[in-house]
Amino acid sequence: MELTLWTYEGPPHVGAMRIATSMEGVHYVLHAPQGDTYADLLFTMIERRDRRPPVTYTTFQARDLGGDTAEMVKTSVRDAYERFKPQVMLVGESCTAELIQDQPGSLAKGMGIPIPIVSLELPAYSKKENWGASETLYHLVRTLLLPIVPAPNTPRPKRDSHIRPKANIIGPTALGFRCRDDIREVIKLLGEIGVDVNVVAPMGATPADLMRIPDADFNICLYPEIALTTCTWLTRNFAQPVVKTVPIGVGATRDFIAEIGRVADIDVSQALERSQSDTLGNWDAARVSSAAEANASRLPWYSRSVDSTYLTGKRVFIFGDATHALAAARIATEELGFTLVGIGTYSREFAREVREVAKKHGLEAVISDDYLAVEAKVAEAAPELVLGTQMERHIAKRLGIPCAVISAPIHVQDVPARYSPQMGWEGANVIFDGWVHPLMMGLEEHLIGMFREDFEFAEGHMSHLHTAPSQENRRETLTTESVGEAIALASTGAANQAVLTTVEVTQDLQGITWSADGEAELKKIPFFVRGKIKRNTEKFASDRGITSITVETLYEAKAAIGK
Amino acid sequence: MALEPCVELPVKITADIPVLKERGQREVFCGLTGIVWLHRKMQDAFFLVVGSRTCAHLIQSAAGVMIFAEPRFGTAILGERDLAGLADANEELDRVVDQLLERRPDIGTLFLVGSCPSEVIKLDLAKAAERMNQRFFPKVRILNYSGSGIETTFTQGEDACLGSMVPVLPRSQDEPSLMVVGSLADVVEDQFQRLFDKMGIGPVYFFPPRRAANLPPIGKGTKLLLAQPFLSETVRSLIARGATLLPSPYPFGIEGTTSWLKTAADAWNIADDQFEQAIAPSVSRGKIALERYRQALTGRKAFLFPDSQLEIPLARFLSRECGMELVEVGTPYIDRLLMDSEINLLPAGTALSEGQDVEKQLDRCREARPDITVCGLGLANPLEAEGMATKWSIELVFSPIHGYDQAADLAELFARPLERRRRLTV
Repeated sequence: MELTLWTYEGPPHVGAMRIATSMEGVHYVLHAPQGDTYADLLFTMIERRDRRPPVTYTTFQARDLGGDTAEMVKTSVRDAYERFKPQVMLVGESCTAELIQDQPGSLAKGMGIPIPIVSLELPAYSKKENWGASETLYHLVRTLLLPIVPAPNTPRPKRDSHIRPKANIIGPTALGFRCRDDIREVIKLLGEIGVDVNVVAPMGATPADLMRIPDADFNICLYPEIALTTCTWLTRNFAQPVVKTVPIGVGATRDFIAEIGRVADIDVSQALERSQSDTLGNWDAARVSSAAEANASRLPWYSRSVDSTYLTGKRVFIFGDATHALAAARIATEELGFTLVGIGTYSREFAREVREVAKKHGLEAVISDDYLAVEAKVAEAAPELVLGTQMERHIAKRLGIPCAVISAPIHVQDVPARYSPQMGWEGANVIFDGWVHPLMMGLEEHLIGMFREDFEFAEGHMSHLHTAPSQENRRETLTTESVGEAIALASTGAANQAVLTTVEVTQDLQGITWSADGEAELKKIPFFVRGKIKRNTEKFASDRGITSITVETLYEAKAAIGK
Repeated sequence: MALEPCVELPVKITADIPVLKERGQREVFCGLTGIVWLHRKMQDAFFLVVGSRTCAHLIQSAAGVMIFAEPRFGTAILGERDLAGLADANEELDRVVDQLLERRPDIGTLFLVGSCPSEVIKLDLAKAAERMNQRFFPKVRILNYSGSGIETTFTQGEDACLGSMVPVLPRSQDEPSLMVVGSLADVVEDQFQRLFDKMGIGPVYFFPPRRAANLPPIGKGTKLLLAQPFLSETVRSLIARGATLLPSPYPFGIEGTTSWLKTAADAWNIADDQFEQAIAPSVSRGKIALERYRQALTGRKAFLFPDSQLEIPLARFLSRECGMELVEVGTPYIDRLLMDSEINLLPAGTALSEGQDVEKQLDRCREARPDITVCGLGLANPLEAEGMATKWSIELVFSPIHGYDQAADLAELFARPLERRRRLTV
């Protein structure tokens, strides 16, 4: 049993739903108890889809458990086929149905329904949403293409050099993070370098489209969490190479183009050269407004302009699915000049890659789907910005840290009406704005550092966000005694407000005390770096056997450790 | 039709309205969803679901758009190890609860909430709660109820939650008191309290209380007035503890609120004059406010999908006070004990349905082309895209809709989608 306040992924059958809902002509019969239809809302509300997901639920109740739940499966399969006339049907179970073991997939296969039926085995108690989506896509593609797999070691016919290469874009799904606009941006990017798109799947594809996948020269694995298993299978059976670079960030987009150049054997030097010129800052009015320059990223120049200098060394903590976390780490450090103080992912399948990046920055990666563990790591790293998922927004609120969302899980505000890709040149523009916005603006940051007794612009105030300081920031200045009081107060039931975690409290109580003057001086440190300075100073003191931290200790620590 | 201030209620069922009972796919929430409003009502309580990742995902999909510094609900997710053998499930649960209470020392009441998986594997949460109480009571009280989809539909989760609190309510000295049962918005509670004060009815207790620690007393003198129609189990266990039910229509709209208050007034032998005097200002205010929306709604056709068991009382309000025509009134479950006084007020020939086969019901709805369809969020946008105006039903559970001063607000909830369609030009 695992205590979960927030879960990073849904159960695997939600992943299967994402595949079914992304596509046309596919129907999913899901053996599930009454109530599991909540998942429809993910699509109709969070993604604001105008149609019901193509999912029929058996919705069994307690009274059915004594009877024939298997018969309910058959009825649902029959009715769904009659009503929706799909080209392919997926049949599977939710977590509760898995317990009663009606084998719905094999039942459906035995019913003589004249379309391919894909039986999904998604272990709900050990696997999760992305795995469910990946597995469903793989089985769907495999079921459809297996009959036309060529004999082993059949070489691919060589493409005539006069014909533009064709690529499949594999991976974008319903409920993915900004998939809708990423596809558009990537298709534009491919057009720029002379590559045609054969099939985009699963988003918008029909089973007939999946049958055309082998026609392409190569596959672009845009979201490895969803697509890598399928791409690998396609490479093995149809000798289609895979482009694995995910074009999130300017550098990654350049690498993506270069990789396609190699894989497709085409000249991409023009696109790469043009992208270099984005860096130079010749952003005169004509260029900014020119429709001809749609394929440009403003991030390099924005990030080089002096207004961004104060971003240098901002301490950032990154968490999300592996693809977005890895991309974010590169952008944050190489393109925005932040310092990475923590990185992690809930995608265990891609833990190795994340660990490597963490190691490069002298960090230990957080590989966990335990919200509480992530929260503890964020508190420990005391970052100035958290780039994470919807769940990190809860953590950041509690700790009073600015936050931007870079990865699923998301909520309705991250399926915006406006064009907002993460990938390609425009994606980098969106990212620059999105990540810098939650930070305090430079001038305000300076002034709050200088004058601390303003009646309007108080500690933690960010006037561009119209927010007052958070409760947690005020608490940050509490002494250890008053933290104890806060807990006592809360435990008597007199206070409903948040209390600090025990993790933080014990860290404060390592036999080190702050003298009154030391503490007063600490309060003069701007709030967003105060947590880190406090921890540094305490570590400095404990390393040297100092038990009472004075003003002097504080500055000695600062001199020894740096800002 | 002018509204009568205080209507004559039919004494017995005039004609037994035939009910269409359907079985098939049900597009409804499970009882776990009740946590989404109960955690706000009782702020000192924490709701720990014992279930699967699906359960965790359900609650956060519903409530996770709000950003919580301190979540007031969570899930103990069952893993394969827990399914393999029941032996250590209790130890596991103890460990999880320890971890939780350590993080949240301010929790006064902890609800262990059963789910489909925990019910199917027959994990005995009642016993677990009992065992934990021995360790944590009185600092923390541990209670248990089931919010599983196989047993409960949406608002029945509140029924189960309140039901679990009934056995621990303190025993009163059997003097007369009124207990208003069912979650009400704080502002509505205060309004009702003022009206009861004016009439001289008291003491009045509201159940659930605003803090789970302040439990109302119960005994032979307790008279129960239901504010919500979905509390079958709770009412029966309150009756088992000696309380008496005052059957009444529910306090939706002016008519409903008047008969609801009148039921209490009669039980307290309040003179008609005093009753009329107490309600008169609210009634006249309510009528003025309601009139505007009555004009917008009158003659319009409504189709209600099953969701919360509020459908029948709401349909009664929409037809009798807003002049709407009822195409079909669907409800997940009809408890005749709690619903007869409402059903009697429905216009003759109303098509009532209990249960659901969602595809067939959608066919009926599309064919009828109602002016407004009351349905869940899974159906609302798809129906809008087909050109039908919808009112998403969950909002009715989240909004202050009871009582005189909310009668117009309630009507406005149904008029708003129509008004919006009128305004939009693209």
